[in-house]
Order: sequence, then C-alpha cells, then structure tokens
Amino acid sequence: MLATAIIVFREVLEAALIVGIVMAASRGIRGRSAWVVGGIVGGGLGAVVVAAFAGTIAGAAAGMGQEVFNAAVLFAAVGMLGWHNIWMTRHGREMAGAATRLGAAVRAGREPLWALSFAVGLAVLREGSEIVLFLYGIAAAEDGGAGAMALGGAFGLAAGVAAGAGMYFGLVSIPLRHLFAVTSWLVLLLAAGMASQAAAFLLQADLLPALGDTLWDTSFLLNEKSIVGRVLHTLVGYTAQPAGIQLVFYLATLLVIGSLMWLVNRGAPTALQLIAYLATLAVMAILARIASPPRPARVAA
Amino acid sequence: MMRSLALAAVFVVAAFGSVQAADPAPVSITIKDRQFVPAEVTVPAGAKVELQIRNEQTTAAEFESHQMRREKVIPPGGTVSLFIGPLNPGRYEFFDDFNPKNRGVVVVK
Repeated sequence: MLATAIIVFREVLEAALIVGIVMAASRGIRGRSAWVVGGIVGGGLGAVVVAAFAGTIAGAAAGMGQEVFNAAVLFAAVGMLGWHNIWMTRHGREMAGAATRLGAAVRAGREPLWALSFAVGLAVLREGSEIVLFLYGIAAAEDGGAGAMALGGAFGLAAGVAAGAGMYFGLVSIPLRHLFAVTSWLVLLLAAGMASQAAAFLLQADLLPALGDTLWDTSFLLNEKSIVGRVLHTLVGYTAQPAGIQLVFYLATLLVIGSLMWLVNRGAPTALQLIAYLATLAVMAILARIASPPRPARVAA
Repeated sequence: MMRSLALAAVFVVAAFGSVQAADPAPVSITIKDRQFVPAEVTVPAGAKVELQIRNEQTTAAEFESHQMRREKVIPPGGTVSLFIGPLNPGRYEFFDDFNPKNRGVVVVK
C-alpha cells in the first residue's frame, strides 16, 4: 500500500504543482476555476484513453510512438504556457494595477483561458496515464488486493494535491503587484523545463542528437531521486546529468518566449539589443558544437 | 516576432548538423517475474546503443533511469526499443518505475 501511495504521489505531484502555479498565475480572472477544473477533468479522461491505447501508441512511429507522443504533449504545453506569458506581459500590469486600486473583483476575464486549461489538461494527461497503467497493473497482480490499492492511491493523490495547494497558497500570499511577475518567471522556467524533457524523449527515440550525453553531473549535490530533486525537476527542469540537446532546448525556450514577451512589452528591439540577442544565440550554437563529441576521458561514477 | 522565429529556426538547424556514428547490435533485456534478465548488461563506451526490452509480465512496466534520463512504459507482453548513449565509461542504474525494487545496471566499458 505504501509503495502504491509513493508512486501515485510522485506522479500526482508534478501535475499538482503545475495546477498550483496556473491557478496563481490566473488569479482574479473571472471563471478561471471552471477552466482549470475543466482542464483537470479533460486531462483525466484523456489519461484513461491514453492508458487504454498504451500498446497502440508504443507501437506507432516505428516503436517510438510513446516518445513522440510525450514530446508532442510537452511541446504543446510549452506553447500554451508561452502564449499565456506573452498575453500576461501585455495585460498583467494593468490587471495588478486595477486590482490594487479597486480590488480584485474589478478585473475582467479577457484572458484566453483555454491556453492555461490546455496546459493543465496536458500535464494531467501525461502523469495520469502512468498512474492508470500502474494501478491497473497492481489491480491485475495477485498480491496487494484492490482495497489496499485504492487506499494507497487515495493517500498518494491526497498528498500530491496538498503539495499543489501549498504551492498555490504560497504564491497567492505574495502581494498582488508582484504576483504576476513571479508567476511569469515560474511559468517561463516551467515551460523551459518541459522543452528539455521533450528533448530527452526525442533523444531516447534517436530522433535528436545528444550533443554530449552528460554535460555535467550534479547528482552528488542534488539527486533527482530525492523529493527536492523531483520538485525542482518539475518546476525549473532540474536535471542532474543533462544531455547537451536538453540544454539547447531549455535555453532556446527561454530565449524564444522571453524575447516574444519583451517584444510585446517594449515594441521593436533596438539594434544593440538585437546584436546581444544574436550573440547569445551564437554562443549557444558554439557550446552545442563543443559539447557534441563524447569525451571518453571523463569517467562517470 | 518573425525575425525571432527565423533565428530560432536557423539555430535549430545548425544544432542538428552533427549526427552520430553507426551503432552496435541491439542489447536485449527481459522483464520476467518482476526481475530484469539479465540485470546487468555491458555496452561499449562512446557508442549509441539500442536497448530492446521485453515485458513478459501480465502487467505494465516502466523502464526508467535517472542517470541515463530514460523512461519508457512497456505494455504487458510487449517489446519496446530505446536508445542510450553515447555514454562515458561507468555504471548506469535503471529500474522499473512501476516496481522500484526491480533494478538493473548498464555497465559502459
């Protein structure tokens, strides 16, 4: 039962943290709860369908369907989160301003909330399908029994939801005039982490080059098996032993969403800013090149 | 905006320029009675290797490795392939995420 609770908790945690951030990021927007709950329910139903067709999905794309599917879901979520952030850049300040002057009730719900709803749904879909497969396995196995499984699953779910609620209440305790700046950063890092995860899936399917299998190893500092490691993996894409291609996708996502936010906010960039931007891209390309051959001299512990 | 997108596209194409060398034969692992058989496989360093994992159980399994950053669900009775490496010499642990007591290791030499 405990093993079931722990595994369900781990899967729920990731989706719950994302929901917590999304709820905070959409604070005060009319009807956001309905959109978010809709995303959770839709994602949950989708998870059952995905689990039911796990064999079909795994067999697609020459045996790499699972990777392609996971990467596609992650990239779609990156797009939705990016869209939200770009929208928020334009409207967040006025929303916070209106709220501090006149109270939260004044703010009108103009945000295209389908983007956040989708992002939530996709997170629930991915994690949920693994829970369904796992629980189905336990239910089908001879040991344990359905009662212990249901109890363990319920405990795991409750603990995960509690963590997501903790994230939400922690965030909304931030004064409103700072809240959207904080959630924008969180959503940006969340999206970058998802892009890095998607790159790892495509690497596993051999659809992308590694560009250096292990750029660095910080597992002695913070192991991804630990709870802190897992939370940071979800929130900012922490990876103890990242591949070069993951770093490339991570930075590219930061740059693309970040610069679009900046363009929307400030208008066209000046020549100097454009040069700085180009230079950053060039440095990344060079880094990727350097990292690309495996370095046999280094021994992984 | 268009310029940013174009730059991103150019960069992605540049990054994809380097493609890895040809691979050695696939390595097979079977999951049977909640154990990886064999629980230790040896692969050459600096090469991309295909792992073929067959799940002979009646329940789903998930091959996962933090060190190699791999995770893949294997339906009951199914066989999946995934690619690892090119890796540096060392020991890389993996486990069944749906049954974490079931562990194994890839030894890279």
